[in-house]
Amino acid sequence: MKADPNLYDYWPYAGRPKIEWPGGKKLAFWIAPNIEFYEFMPPSNPQRSPWPNAIPNVQQYSQRDFGNRVGHLRLMELLDRHNLRGSVSLNVALCDHHPEIIEDCVKRDWEFFSHGIYNTRYSYGLSPEQEQAVLDDSIKTVEKASGQRIRGYLAPALTHTEDTLDLIAENDFWYSCDLFQDDQPQPLKTKTGKLVSMPYSLEVNDVITYSVNGWDPDRYTDILKRHFDQLLLEGEKSGTVMCIPLHAYLVSQPNRLKVFEEALKHICSHQDDVWFATGKEIAEYFRNNYWDQSLADIKARGVVSGGTGFNHG
Amino acid sequence: MDKSYLAYPNRAYGQDHEFYDWRMAKDRPSLAWENGAKVAICFIIPLEFFPLNPSGTPFKHPGAMVTPYPDLRHFTVRDYGNRIGVYRILDTLKAANISATFAVNGEIAKRYPPLLNFIRNAGHEVAAHGLSTDAIHHEALTPTDENSLIENTLYCFDTKPDGWMSPARNQSSRTIDLLTDHEMHYCLDWEADSVPVATKGGLTLIPNSYELSDFTLLHMRKQGEEAWLKQMKSSIDLLIEEHSRFGSQMLGLTLTPYVIGQPFRIWALRELLSHINVTEGVEAFTAGEIDKKFRSQK
Repeated sequence: MKADPNLYDYWPYAGRPKIEWPGGKKLAFWIAPNIEFYEFMPPSNPQRSPWPNAIPNVQQYSQRDFGNRVGHLRLMELLDRHNLRGSVSLNVALCDHHPEIIEDCVKRDWEFFSHGIYNTRYSYGLSPEQEQAVLDDSIKTVEKASGQRIRGYLAPALTHTEDTLDLIAENDFWYSCDLFQDDQPQPLKTKTGKLVSMPYSLEVNDVITYSVNGWDPDRYTDILKRHFDQLLLEGEKSGTVMCIPLHAYLVSQPNRLKVFEEALKHICSHQDDVWFATGKEIAEYFRNNYWDQSLADIKARGVVSGGTGFNHG
Repeated sequence: MDKSYLAYPNRAYGQDHEFYDWRMAKDRPSLAWENGAKVAICFIIPLEFFPLNPSGTPFKHPGAMVTPYPDLRHFTVRDYGNRIGVYRILDTLKAANISATFAVNGEIAKRYPPLLNFIRNAGHEVAAHGLSTDAIHHEALTPTDENSLIENTLYCFDTKPDGWMSPARNQSSRTIDLLTDHEMHYCLDWEADSVPVATKGGLTLIPNSYELSDFTLLHMRKQGEEAWLKQMKSSIDLLIEEHSRFGSQMLGLTLTPYVIGQPFRIWALRELLSHINVTEGVEAFTAGEIDKKFRSQK
């Protein structure tokens, strides 16, 4: 076990070279609805039980099912009203269980990225071959269901192995949502490929604000506005990224959705300064325009360590 | 139970340790800060490295890894503080022209020299904050091992800091003596009074409030920024009100980069700093400045 994952080098926020998003925009905004399938009777992983208390867990399972049966459509129609496209964090087995939801996303030209097979199957203990099989399955399943080649990855339930990021880079993924160290994209230190660490704004994820922190809808809307305002202000110096990661089983509840819309209205009132994009679009733009500049600046700070992720050179 | 369980060998007037004497607030001489300040504020900013593979001995440090290895989620959320959040705090301090004390653990000092240089060049103070969050000082350590922890920590700094904060603010019964042997001037672990307390060996204990810390209120208790700000202001009000009875007191306030340095929270720090700047009788000092003023009045 390593003390430091060595997946990226230290990059102080002060004095970074300027990033400008397309059209001179200051903040790249993306929204990531998690479309997930939690199994009723999943096998247990020795390192973590898939459900708290006991398997099955009817309350928790059925709340996720509510998300799929009721919640996604509510959220889709809300995003439609504000002209926003989602980047879907997808448990790809959902393509088999509920293809209607996938069709609703495809109709809207939403992007898909992989969030593993099921949110109840963790990466802990997988061999590299087994993790590769998860990636093959992800790529093929989404391609078949939507025609899209996925370019982004968020490990299922944020569970990883030491190989995860090397494997997704090797499979020509362009971005990872697994690391939360920054409000700007950064090149990751993988053995091969050109993998971007994409800000996924975990602290304003509705799972964190509602389920972990227990905050009320007004507070959630308030922090989303403030988070946005601060990153927009800083985006003047160098372009920032804000993501709103969402879960329909939480945000689409009847006590929350209308209040959440106030945050979207606020964000969407800044059309001149904000690039409304998908994860892939931001990653592609960063790879094509700012990859080399960022690496050069990181190197110039004089604190790069050798090697690649989990290999300290 | 063995009969020793109901024996009380230290049951006598005053403290049950030898570090300082018992003294109530009403009995202490009045301190005077600079500019006639009735209240001194000391901002303490911990900069912590959280290893991905903590041993958790003798307990898991607050903020340490949570999920099975490799917990990239918590590792990177903490590291956000050292890359982004701390610079947001530094910007806010600069705009308000306020200096603070950065308690930096040895691993951070070793890994991130540009951060240390930036802090020093901006006129702030650096204190040592142990070796890492997985190097907790505790009673089961031998005195030699604990001494090595301190030596190895100080070895990570090119300029020896005057101040010390232990990881998790935990000490053994020997820590104070060891810090004194290493000629540290002040320590930020104890909060037994609302003014600094001198140990018998000459170490200044600068109070550092757990109940007012952003980590406690915003992170652990999950309160909102409005509630945090209101509590900071009302604490200042109370100490101003008490000035005529208890003289000048102080507040040691923790600002955690991965907590208050979040984009949606930094506004509250901006407001607190401007409140301090416009409120008469309140001044912000570094821990080293407070230690010097305190020593000159002892």
